[in-house]
Amino acid sequence: MATAERAKAEDRVSILIDEKRDLLAELGYEKLAWMLQKMCETRHFEEKAEELYIRGLVHGTMHLSIGMEASPVGSIAALGPEDLIIHHHRGHGHSIAKGADITIMMAEFLGKEPGYCRGRGGSMHIADLPGGNLGATGVVASGIPTAVGIGLALQMQRSDQVLLSFFGDGATNLGEFHESLNMASIWDLPMVFICDNNQYGMSMAVQRAMNIEQISTRAISYGIPGKSVDGNDVLAVYQAVRAAVERARRGDGPSLVDNITYRWRGHSKSDRNLYRTQTEIDNWRARCPILRFKEVLLRGGVMSEDEVEAIDLAAKATIDRAAEEAATMPEPSPENLEDEVYAP
Amino acid sequence: MSDNGGGTSAPREISYLEAVREALIQEMRRDPTVFILGEDVGVYGGAFGVTRGMLEEFGPERIRDTPISEAAIAGAATGAALMGMRPVMEIMFMDFLTISMNQLVNQAAKMRFMFGGKASIPLVCRAPAGSGTGAAAQHSQSLEAWFVHTPGIKVVAPSTPADVKGLLVASIRDNNPVIFMEHKLLYRMKGPVSEDLYTTPLAKADVKRKGRDLTIIAYSIMVPRALEAAEQLSTEGLEVEVVDPRTLNPLDTETIVRSVSKTGRVLIVHEAPVTGGVGAELAAVIADSEAFDYLDAPIRRLAGRNVPIPYNRTLEAAAVPQVGDIVAAARALALEGN
Repeated sequence: MATAERAKAEDRVSILIDEKRDLLAELGYEKLAWMLQKMCETRHFEEKAEELYIRGLVHGTMHLSIGMEASPVGSIAALGPEDLIIHHHRGHGHSIAKGADITIMMAEFLGKEPGYCRGRGGSMHIADLPGGNLGATGVVASGIPTAVGIGLALQMQRSDQVLLSFFGDGATNLGEFHESLNMASIWDLPMVFICDNNQYGMSMAVQRAMNIEQISTRAISYGIPGKSVDGNDVLAVYQAVRAAVERARRGDGPSLVDNITYRWRGHSKSDRNLYRTQTEIDNWRARCPILRFKEVLLRGGVMSEDEVEAIDLAAKATIDRAAEEAATMPEPSPENLEDEVYAP
Repeated sequence: MSDNGGGTSAPREISYLEAVREALIQEMRRDPTVFILGEDVGVYGGAFGVTRGMLEEFGPERIRDTPISEAAIAGAATGAALMGMRPVMEIMFMDFLTISMNQLVNQAAKMRFMFGGKASIPLVCRAPAGSGTGAAAQHSQSLEAWFVHTPGIKVVAPSTPADVKGLLVASIRDNNPVIFMEHKLLYRMKGPVSEDLYTTPLAKADVKRKGRDLTIIAYSIMVPRALEAAEQLSTEGLEVEVVDPRTLNPLDTETIVRSVSKTGRVLIVHEAPVTGGVGAELAAVIADSEAFDYLDAPIRRLAGRNVPIPYNRTLEAAAVPQVGDIVAAARALALEGN
């Protein structure tokens, strides 16, 4: 890089750090370390998942969110422990950020009986109800109307809890999205709609799928606040979602937050990446949300390089241990398969 | 014929519609987690008047008007149920459940199982169904077979005022999603109903008329039609037993098999189109059971024709079984195999 360009880039980072300084101080070391830890755990979980898949150790499908980690982690960082989430098929990061036990999560990915869903759900349906993770659902947009009901129950039960409802950019073209934002708005439900906007619904680019610049403008139709943010900046995500969570908790109703990010990997295991260029992927890889956050932590004087790398290494060790342990766990038995279909 | 009226106090004559309303009111008084949501259920009182007057007692939070958003209505019911509420969603016409299907079939029916048995979705979806009102193809359907085919959902189709009250209370208290079919032509039907708050168990068939010669299995509107046909046939010396499964999934196989084993002849009657209908499942259940050994004639089905419901009165009546059709089919079956 030419000296002038490098200087300009340095300036940009400095400005960024200056802007973030108050926020870094407010969040404090522990919370920031937690955010980095959850992002790293998500990255390593998915790299491990991919490795296990390539080695032929995984029976089913999976949807990787590598490159998107700031969106779930920054959003969930704005919640208290009692708050709730409902999310989607590309949901490993949401489950991890909401405090999932990684070993039990890995066990579910491997279809084991001790997994979160006792091997019935797999990667696409991880739920931890006592932990406030009300589950991942696999039909695009299908979690959004269900989220309205969760928000409605919170309101009717006079709860202080807030719900985050996550979905992708593709979901915002479904009728369910529009019916739900409208309904949540007229009832002032205590929830935040969060778009993990990775810019592709499978192969369909957002630019081809809608005639608007920003998904957040859809909020205008429903009379609620909408904000599009740099979804690879975990602190920007946190700030936007925190404002929306505060509004929801005050009883002022829902908001829409559009976290613009990018998935590095294909949609799922069948993807041959025919709909985008390598250059585009490389450009986004250069904006890695984890590297950017590490840089902010270093330059903001929050952590030393050793501390940052120690968090990353510990996250990797957690994942490795979880994968080893999960692999030894028992498979579910087909006996009594129908037992869980109906509640007693 | 059972006319117990459910409770212990002396029954009065009220309509099927009033029995639905009474079940809702009494259960909402008892359980604060029960609430109603749907289109025009508030000040309008519901498209058929079922919730009329309830807004005054329970207020707009529990008698909740919604926009015309059938996906979000079903989603709101599903999510609220997941959180421990007991929502009763009213879909204006059963036909509109097409818009709600993703929430009911992919969410409500499956969340318990796919989350490893750790969730429950105690919702009731009240669905006015059926033809006979001149409402044509998009406001007259009987879509029970779709839901019977979906593990995780229960389907209830009551035929009398006493049953509809007790079964609705039982459905609200059940911890699973229940599709609760109310035939529009039954709303005005009167019958004895106890004023008490009582439940009628799900998955329990009821023998609506005893007979030795032939079993008719019918549910919903086809029960009163089968009973009328049975009275006519009785004057000809043919004694028909009418079995009402009441719950279509899970099915009370035992009562059905016992009746068919006794009579040796069975006619299955429903309004929905014959192909892929619940009658096919009932026939298979009987054929798979010990009742097969007692059959003196083939299992017969009399069901809706494979057509959308037409508008014209004559065409509409011709599309689904009427009393005369049941009489003719039962008479013919009684002679088969002799």
